[in-house]
Amino acid sequence: MRKYVLLLPPLFVLSAIALGLLPLVGFAWAQGGWFYPDAYALRVLQFTLIQAGLSTLLSVVPAIFVARALARQVFWGRSVLLALFAVPLSLPVIVAIFGLTGLYGTAGIFAGWINLYGIGGILLAHVFFNLPLATRLLLEPLIDEPADGHCLAAQLNFTDLAVWRHLDWPALKPVLPRVAALVFLLCASSFVIVLLFGGPQATTLEVAIFQSLRMDFDVSRALTLTTLQIALSVIMVWAAAKALFLPTTRYSSNLSLLRYDGKTGVLRLVDFCFIAAASFLVLPVLASVLAQGLLHLDFNSGTAKALLTSLVIALLSSILALPLAWGLARAQLRFGEWRGSLTGLSLAGYVVPPAVLATGWFLAFRNFDGGLPLAVLLIAALNALMALPFLMAIVAPALHKAIQRHDMLCEQLNIRGWNRFKLIELPTMRGPLAQATMMTLVLSLGDLTAVTLLGAQGLTTLPSLVQQQMGHYQSDAAGGTALVLAAICLVTSLVAQRFAKWT
Amino acid sequence: MKKLLLSLALFTSLSFAAEAKDTLTIYTYESFVSEWGPGAKIKSAFEKDCDCTVEWVAIADGVAMLNRLKLEGAATKADVVLGLDTNLTAEAKATGLFGPHGADLTRAKVPGGWNDTTFLPYDYGHFAIVYDSEKLSAPPKSLAELVNGDPAQKIILQDPRSSTPGLGFLLWMKSVYGDKSADAWAKLKPRILTTSPGWSEAYGLFTKGEAPMVFSYVTSPAYHMTVENTERYKAAAFAEGHYLQIEVAGVIDASPENVLGQKFLSFMLSPGFQNEIPATNWMLPAGEMSVAAPESLGKIIKPEKTLLFTPDDVNKNRKAWIDEWLAVMAQ
Repeated sequence: MRKYVLLLPPLFVLSAIALGLLPLVGFAWAQGGWFYPDAYALRVLQFTLIQAGLSTLLSVVPAIFVARALARQVFWGRSVLLALFAVPLSLPVIVAIFGLTGLYGTAGIFAGWINLYGIGGILLAHVFFNLPLATRLLLEPLIDEPADGHCLAAQLNFTDLAVWRHLDWPALKPVLPRVAALVFLLCASSFVIVLLFGGPQATTLEVAIFQSLRMDFDVSRALTLTTLQIALSVIMVWAAAKALFLPTTRYSSNLSLLRYDGKTGVLRLVDFCFIAAASFLVLPVLASVLAQGLLHLDFNSGTAKALLTSLVIALLSSILALPLAWGLARAQLRFGEWRGSLTGLSLAGYVVPPAVLATGWFLAFRNFDGGLPLAVLLIAALNALMALPFLMAIVAPALHKAIQRHDMLCEQLNIRGWNRFKLIELPTMRGPLAQATMMTLVLSLGDLTAVTLLGAQGLTTLPSLVQQQMGHYQSDAAGGTALVLAAICLVTSLVAQRFAKWT
Repeated sequence: MKKLLLSLALFTSLSFAAEAKDTLTIYTYESFVSEWGPGAKIKSAFEKDCDCTVEWVAIADGVAMLNRLKLEGAATKADVVLGLDTNLTAEAKATGLFGPHGADLTRAKVPGGWNDTTFLPYDYGHFAIVYDSEKLSAPPKSLAELVNGDPAQKIILQDPRSSTPGLGFLLWMKSVYGDKSADAWAKLKPRILTTSPGWSEAYGLFTKGEAPMVFSYVTSPAYHMTVENTERYKAAAFAEGHYLQIEVAGVIDASPENVLGQKFLSFMLSPGFQNEIPATNWMLPAGEMSVAAPESLGKIIKPEKTLLFTPDDVNKNRKAWIDEWLAVMAQ
């Protein structure tokens, strides 16, 4: 019986996808004819691959070193820096773009350092968003390692390379493919950045899908391109799943990590260079958001209302997303042979473009007059789907490890079900769960996609307020609103870190 | 949380049921009903003498609105659709959803006159290149000067695939250069700093000083004059004439509120509606006003020649013209 309960989360995600795709297939059928990939579609696919591949490489590889540096160096302001690394996740893309152009653009302080308008700008913006994200995601398993390994390593006088090979790499290995796949899909589905910096020559699949749904309203073309995107993602996830394996069992109940490595002068220097470089990427943009925002901060009733709406939606998404992620992670353990497919399923919100999902959902629910509550629920559901891969990247490895650590104990003492969750998993997974909740909240707070696609009358969130202000010549006021958003996310992130006992 | 939402839903549906008034559901674009848009005032002005309730349904923009209608088909909840422009009306007519508006055509005052019995205009505005007079002392005086000018002086445009003004500029180029548009685009290309997905991004980058020129409306400088009290941003008058955008509304033929819808469209050209347009939508009124428009609108350039393709021409050629543009720009 309990085995089948675990089927519910995957079924939920599957039906969410089906509800998105099936009505569109029906519509395309009625519209007549199918569209086959042409030369244009293939060129678009090629550019998508190159752009997203490079962005992933430039975000994830440095993030490994930054995360490792942050895991072993303790310094004043570290937790604030980590919290700041969560802020880009919530920043409306356009605000970050203004931040980047303010620094590296034609009138910026660092003008001439990089040509923003071209592939350089696309990569810079993607790295700005994804390097801090990858750093945070990779830091989690490094911190979650049992401390005895590091004790032993210090006693045996491990070299830096040995620490890497025997401790850090085994900890990162199960998480890395997932993080890379996630960043790849995030970059592949990026839209505003690609169009704004890349221009017409830089058309990605997502842009082409958007165009066929929007300008031409050619549903069958959109579906074909979506199929291409799904195929691409399935290959990606398959490759990631090949590399994905369950962490080797290491019994230990000691979770507080004290590292002894990285204390020599050279290693400290190297580590702080990485930390400084990452900070140099993230902090000036945030500082410019702060400066712009402070000048034009106008917290009125409209902002307050938008803030409240954003918070309600973010809470709802978390309530939906956390059990889903938990269930999927449990299902991965229980149905080991489906591990890859379940990981793929968790990426649904990016594999199937949100615009396609939302259009399908709209068709599916159009005869059901749900009004505002339905709109809120659908927005929260889409947000939850889009947060799912982030959650899985945090929850799944931690849960797998926790279960392996405690399985025998629980079997012996016959601790099951709710009791096991409450007594064993919840306390040991406090950190990852706090992190995961924070990420869902921050992601939903920053969401513009779901609210634009599924929004109803009178529903204004902070990011959509930013958008509206921009549309009315008020880009200064928009800067103020964006600051409110960034501040809320910073606070959320700091609270989560306190819960997770990150220091 | 769910319980709270459910009871909220129940409460709102009950409170709606208590009012037996007719409800006129109007689809419009988001900025029309945002905090700064004219929606709220127009709603209360119409409700004063219609004994009905106006319900706005905000959809991202005109194109999204048309797509929504195509998805919903005959089952649409809209009674009136407000915020399409003449580039979309041919396609909108082809859905077969719209019926006659029934209003007196002579009341619609737009450049070139009006003779469409399905859609009625409520405002219009010419597109223009807006420039920063502190950075550009000699702005181009024609489209030809823009196309052939110094590539170091950049302009920010919008993507015709995702933006209404973007399509406007493409049509402007087409109406001036015709068959030679591809060459003109190739010449203009080095001057384009970037092509943004929407107007907001382009205009934001412009006011933040990324480029001295942006594609926008002749009315844009009026906003800066009225709200920010500066004449720094100006629109350049072009010798070939300016392309025109006309925003329109139409009535859903099969709607049970068809008569009320026609009444709304007639109201649309009266002062109750038109008074709100200039200072909130920053477009020029297509009907009669009873108050003075912001002074700044009197100072903006008045294009002597208006360029405009017929809706049918746009509908027939849009895809080919966009492909032509893409072929040049994607090289």
